[in-house]
Formats: sequence, structure tokens, C-alpha cells
Amino acid sequence: MARKVLAALRRYVGRWGLLASLLILPIYFLIHDLVSGYPGFANGHATTTHDLTSLGQNLVQGISNGTIWALIAIGYTLVYGIIELINFAHGDVFMIGSFVGAGFWATIGLTLATGPLGLVFGLLLTLIVSMLACGSLNVLIERVGYRPLRNAPKLAPLITAVGFSFILQNVGLLWRGGAPSGVSDLIHQNQAVFNISGVVVRRADVLAIGVTVPLVFLLVAFVGRTRRGKAMRATAQDPEAARLMGINVDTTITLTFLIGGLLAGAAGLVYALYETTIWYFQGFQAGLIAFTAAVMGGIGNIRGAVLGGLIIGCIQVISDNRLKPEWTPALVFGYLVMIMVLRPRGLLGEETREAG
Amino acid sequence: MSELLAMLREQRQAWRRRVLAVTVPIWRGLPGPVQALLRWAAVRWRGVLAALVIGFGILLPLFFSPTSKFMNTEILALAYVMFALGLNIVVGFAGLLDLGYLAFFALGAYSTGWLGSTFFPKVSVHVLSYTPPGVPPPVGIHFNFLLILVCAALITAAAGAIIGLPTLRLRGDYIAIVTLAFGEIIRVFALNGPEIKIAGMPLTGGELGVSGLDFPHLPGVGTFTQLQLRPWYYTIFVLLLITLFVNVRLRDSRLGRAWVALREDEVAAVSMGIPLVRTKLLAYSVGAAFGGVAGAFLASFTTLVDAGQFQFAFSIFVLSMVILGGLGSIWGVVLGALLVANINYYLIPDVLNGLPGKLGLNFNLTDLQISIFGFLLVLVMVLRPQGLIPERRRRIELEAGIGETELEEPAT
Repeated sequence: MARKVLAALRRYVGRWGLLASLLILPIYFLIHDLVSGYPGFANGHATTTHDLTSLGQNLVQGISNGTIWALIAIGYTLVYGIIELINFAHGDVFMIGSFVGAGFWATIGLTLATGPLGLVFGLLLTLIVSMLACGSLNVLIERVGYRPLRNAPKLAPLITAVGFSFILQNVGLLWRGGAPSGVSDLIHQNQAVFNISGVVVRRADVLAIGVTVPLVFLLVAFVGRTRRGKAMRATAQDPEAARLMGINVDTTITLTFLIGGLLAGAAGLVYALYETTIWYFQGFQAGLIAFTAAVMGGIGNIRGAVLGGLIIGCIQVISDNRLKPEWTPALVFGYLVMIMVLRPRGLLGEETREAG
Repeated sequence: MSELLAMLREQRQAWRRRVLAVTVPIWRGLPGPVQALLRWAAVRWRGVLAALVIGFGILLPLFFSPTSKFMNTEILALAYVMFALGLNIVVGFAGLLDLGYLAFFALGAYSTGWLGSTFFPKVSVHVLSYTPPGVPPPVGIHFNFLLILVCAALITAAAGAIIGLPTLRLRGDYIAIVTLAFGEIIRVFALNGPEIKIAGMPLTGGELGVSGLDFPHLPGVGTFTQLQLRPWYYTIFVLLLITLFVNVRLRDSRLGRAWVALREDEVAAVSMGIPLVRTKLLAYSVGAAFGGVAGAFLASFTTLVDAGQFQFAFSIFVLSMVILGGLGSIWGVVLGALLVANINYYLIPDVLNGLPGKLGLNFNLTDLQISIFGFLLVLVMVLRPQGLIPERRRRIELEAGIGETELEEPAT
């Protein structure tokens, strides 16, 4: 009898536990906001409001924040999918993207006084430059650090990745010093663009979503529709068989690193405009979060990486605003452990060669 | 092809004849007992080498001033060897990639902080602790130093099993991320500990850390101070010898073989009757316990539990020692840890720092410290991906083909 109850409970938890654990924070604050309200400030005196505006605001910010993590996480997930390497240098490539972006827009003379047309074209140019810089950097790292170790024990490239991560951090440290430094708030990121029944969408949110969504769609189309994309999927499934079918595995891996780097560069620029402070250590933290996002979504899966990024973004913003910001990392990683326990392959995980 | 091989063989034999022409008369001229000794040493070269290394380790501090920076570095390096040996059990023997090893460093260090300082002022517990005569016993919990090490081992072993539990169903790199997550959670708890109160007293010291740790006091040695580094050195040296002994015995034990079997093929190992849960959890626990003891020692040595030390970079640092030295190979890991720790704490900041200035270049090497370290990691791994001293089992696997052909060679 007890065993039957336990089995039923286990089935129940297995089916609904994940959903429940993901929804528990938003639903708790939904009820909390509606029932006991949240403190606000209107017409010169403190008020208590009973509506969902605050929660909606959190979710919008969370999603826009999450798109940045999603862009970085895709780089992790692509590389893991194809050569089963945790590319520790990826977060630092993203950091270099921010630095290159901020340096480049200062070089071409974008300031707060630049007109809207010049700003749009200038930033587009900056986006392309930092994407290309990070893409080529990532390809270079693969060429020097990972390709010679293709047949080495599995953990050897992990250490070269760490080595490159240290080198890039040192570059960042020498470039802009050890403290977070502000960059000019070119897009006035905090300015409202539109307002849906009280939920303010800022320029930064529009920028983050506006850059990420087309890039992700392009990427999904590339991987799903083109010959090169097919080659990538084939290599991810079985490199040996792919080689036998006439696919140039080395070129395909280089291409994967190029794409990961391009996306990291885009994320770097968006991050610089979104947060308006950059520093050499941001890549390390972002890398940790993005890797968590990739695993949460199911490593090797592009949609999973995006989903994981968005979920982590929302958890972070809710925790930062409603709970205590200094506990946010613990909450994010607590969520990760919970998801891993309830669904060991991640949210949208599929069979990979090793982690099946 | 075969002509080339024949030529090479001929050349090799010519060299052998030349070498023998010199060495054989020398050998014949040696007295009988010396010959016997050398013969014995050649057969038992591993034991002889180990004895030489241990003797070197015992004599080393006598050549350096007891307050020198070098001794300080060596004590740190030996503690790191202990960390690396602990991680080697988890990653090298059992093949579970653990990226959260800082959790055990932190817990070990906090064991010292909790059990050997005035950090909990509302209680006064003394277990075999030493108070100088004529001084009222201080408040807080004060355990004997050796007892603290034992407690640290027990606490971290339990924590290792707890951290291991959620990873049991996972495979491959998912284990890496879950252990990483636990490491980060412990780090956040260490930093925000002051918010958590136990009986009105904070759990950790937060960013300020826990300071004012007791100096160890051992019978026959007296109280250790920061000015005399030799007792510290010999303490960690003895701890390390115990660790090495346990490691070697574990590797060759039933449990050690079970770990390797799980690493090589989990399904096959389980179907041969290896208990999965117990074996994996034991790997985590044993590995964690060594990390905890080393952490407790290190905290006691630096007289501070510094929450700022508990960074993900620490886990990576120790992992790089293990992989650089040779995954699963005890002596490789020892070598890797000694090299990495000495390069990072001594060679780059102290010895080579003035080099660019002498060459007329205007920069400090410490500015480039992490990139030099990173560059060395890349270089060593590209040149020697299997590690400095690969595990014997792995080396045999890699060289299996070569060995067979040599066996088939006609005897000459």
C-alpha cells in the first residue's frame, strides 16, 4: 500500500514537479500582489497597489535580460553538441565583445549627442564589428587550443579552454583596468518606449529582444534548412559517420565556433548598451549563468538554450527585485539542481552521444 | 620500410655495444655488496624513488630560513597537493567531473573557524584545547587542532555525499554543472552567512571572514606561530603522507577497482554487481574529506577564513593540477599540483617578476600572471594531452599496439 502511494507520488512529481517548481515564484508573487499588494509611490505619498503591473514589469525585464543569456548559451550549447566540450573561454569571448563594441563606438565617434540616424547606423556597424571580432577570436581559439586535442583524453581541451579564459581575462584587465567602468548610455536605455497598461517597456528591452529574436531565427533556419546546417547536425550526431559521408568535420567545427562567437559578440554589444557598465570579470559570471541556461534547457539543443536563458533571466529579475539580490546566484543554482533532479536531461533535452 | 627498420635496429645494437663496452668493466670492478645493492635498487626502483622523495621532503626545510617566502609557498603547495589528491579520487578514479570542489575547501575552512576560534561568543566549549597557564579560557568553541581536522573530514564527507546524491541519475557533464551549482550555493552562503543566525549568532563572517583562529598546539611541539614555519611544514607533510598512503591503498583496493570500472563503463560495472549508489557516494565523500582536511589546515595556517577565497577559480585551479599531472595517476597529480602551485605562488610573482625590468621592458610580470598561467596550461595540454605522468592503466591502453609488436620481435 505504502509502496503504491509512493509510486503514485513519484509519478505525480515526475510529471508536474518541474512545472510547479518553475511556476512557484511567479504564482506566489501573483497571489501576493493581488492579495496583500505591493508598496508604491504616487502623487507624493506612499500607496499600496493591488494589480499585476509590478509582476509584468519583472517578467518583461526578465525576458529582455534573459535574451542576452540566451545568445551566450547558444554558443555553449552548439559547441557542446558538436565536440562535447564545456567551452570555458566562451564567456570571456563575450566580454571581449563588449569591450570591442564600446571601444569601437567611441572610435567612430558615437556620443550621446549623435542623431538617431547616425546612431542606428553606427551601432549596426559596431554590432557587425564586435560580432566579427568575437567570431574570429573563437575560431582562433579552436584552431590553437582545441583542434590539436581532437583525439586527446576528454578533459584535456577543458583545461586549454580554462587557459584561454585566463588569457582573455588578463587582456580585459589590462584593457580597462580591474574595476567596472561605465560606458556612455548611447540609447538612453532606461527611457520608456511604450506602456502596456502600466508595464513599461524600456529601450534596453526593445534593443535586447530586437537583436536576439532575428539572430535566433536566422540561426535556427541556418541549422535546420541549409546544407551546412545539416552537416552540423550530422557531425553532432556522429562525427565518424559524418566524415564517412563526405562531410568535412574540421570545417564544420570551425563553422560552429564561428557562429558561437558571432552570437557572443552580439550579446557583448547588447550587454554593454543594456547595463552601461562593463568589466573584465563580466564574462566569467555571464559564462557561468549562460552555461547553466544551456544545461537547464538540455545541452546541445538551441531552443532549450533560449528557453533556459529566458527562465534564468526571469528568476534573476524577480529575485533581485522581490527578494535579496545577494541571494540571486544561490536561487538560480538551486533551481538548476532542482531541474536536474526532476528532469536529468534538462527541459528540452534529447539523446546526446554521451549524456544519454 | 623493413630495410629502414633493420637499419635502425642495427644502429641501436651498435650503440648498445658501445655503452656496454664502457659500463661492463665498471660494473665488474664494483665490490659484491654494492652490486647487490644496485641490483636491489633497480628492481625496487619505485620504492627507492619514493624513499628519496620523502627524505628530500623531510630535509628541505633545513636549507631555508623558517620565515622565508619559499617555505610559505611550499606549505601552501603541499596543502594544494592534498586538495588535488582528493579531487583526483572523484575525477580521476571515479570519473565524476566535479567543478564544485571549493565547497569542501570552504566547509573545511569553516570547520576550523567554527570549532577553533572565538567566533561563537555566546558559548564556551573546550575539548582538549590548550590555554596558556594564567590566562582565563576564552569564549567560543575551542577544539584540539587534530580533533578539528577529524571533524572537518567528517563534515565534508557528509557534505560530499549530500552533494553527490542529486548527481546519481546524471551522466557526463551534467554532473559537472550540478557540482558547480553546489559550489556556487556554498559560496553565496559563505558571503551572506551573517544574515543567517543560529541562536542569535551569525553562521559565517561574510566578506570579513572569520579571523582570530586558534594557533594549533600539539603535545611535544608546543604552539605553532606564524614566525616558525617548520612545524606547519611538517604537519602538512605528515598529513600528505597519510593522504598518499590512503590514496595508494584505495586505488588498489576493491573500492578503487569499482571506481575505475564505473568510470570506464557504468552499465557494465553495475551489471557485474557493483553497487552504484554506494560506490559513487563513497567517491564523493572520500574525495571531499581530503579537501576538507586540507581546507581546515589552510584556514588555520592563514589564521583567517576568507570568504573571498571561495571562488569558482579555486575549483578550476585544483582541477588543472589534476588534469595537468595526469588524470587518475597519484604521482602525476602530486607533480602537477607542486608545479602549478609553485609556478603560481612563487615563480611568477617572486622569482621572475623583475625579469622584464632587467631586460629593459617597462611592465610588471604580475600584471600578466593569469595569462602566463593560462598560456602554460594551453601549452602543456597541447604538447602532452595525457598529462605529465599518465595513469599506468591508461598508458598501457594507449601503448598496447606498440607493446605487442615489440613482443613479436625476434630475439637477437
